[in-house]
Amino acid sequence: MAKAVVYVTYKRGVLDPQGEAVRGALSSLGFQGVAGVRVGKYIEIELANGRPEEQRAAVEKMCRELLANPVLEDFRIEIAPGPSAPK
Amino acid sequence: MRFAVIVFPGSNCDHDCYHAIKHVVGAGVHFVWHKERSLAGADVAVVPGGFSYGDYLRAGAIARFSPVMEAVRRHSAQGRPVLGICNGFQILTEAGLLPGALRRNASLRFICDDVWLRCESSRTPFTQGIEPGQVLKMPIAHGEGNFFCEPEALAELEANGQIVFRYCDPGGQTTRAANLNGSTAHIAGVCNREGNVLGLMPHPERASERDMGSEDGLRLFQSALAVAAS
Repeated sequence: MAKAVVYVTYKRGVLDPQGEAVRGALSSLGFQGVAGVRVGKYIEIELANGRPEEQRAAVEKMCRELLANPVLEDFRIEIAPGPSAPK
Repeated sequence: MRFAVIVFPGSNCDHDCYHAIKHVVGAGVHFVWHKERSLAGADVAVVPGGFSYGDYLRAGAIARFSPVMEAVRRHSAQGRPVLGICNGFQILTEAGLLPGALRRNASLRFICDDVWLRCESSRTPFTQGIEPGQVLKMPIAHGEGNFFCEPEALAELEANGQIVFRYCDPGGQTTRAANLNGSTAHIAGVCNREGNVLGLMPHPERASERDMGSEDGLRLFQSALAVAAS
């Protein structure tokens, strides 16, 4: 079984209130040099084995249609092939 | 003249809307379960507030795939009135029936408070009876009501007259303090290009009787009723 990992974050330039709150908390804990924090979502999707490019295309479509809101979010996809994936 | 109030799993302002429309405004109204594929002859569709599907993933993200949303889409495409309140507004943006998106409040807090709204446009069926510049008082109750759109999209909304309500102080000034959730350009409500679909974060149905502190919300329902009757 291949696994896709999707990271969804607010687009650059969109104020991320959660990230800002975490940044403030880190600096009040005394952590120096934290220039910015962005908080996002991590989504794992198990995929039936198939061709990697088709899997990626399918996950991209999932992101555009449901997992991310293109008005304010960006997404990044990583696909780890399953042990028996076609070479 | 009939209103349909859509009910999703997790809707919690559906009965408030029903009550305001039926018992206060005196118009016909029926509930439509989200599994239905038609609005059963309604003239106006109301997508009420709540936490449809527990706000999983994003507020409104899952509800927009409910079968009833196809009926809402058809209703909207025919130019008929659609009103989205709070979670209903979030659902309509997720469905692409309204522009923009609603993100976490800038304070990260759920805010339950009375706000003042300045009407910016009388072009929607829900605001035809309200003069631009008039100030209405209604409550908000949301964690994700911080309206966002890119600067280019904002310019387009301004140019097309799609901004319908802005947060303001009781005197109608759009002060920073009045913009409780941090919305782009103080936006509390927008409509689609055509003007028949309106979404807003504040709750008109909770401001529909004197005992509730304001009757200003009634005017949105009354306006839609008057438009339908004319």
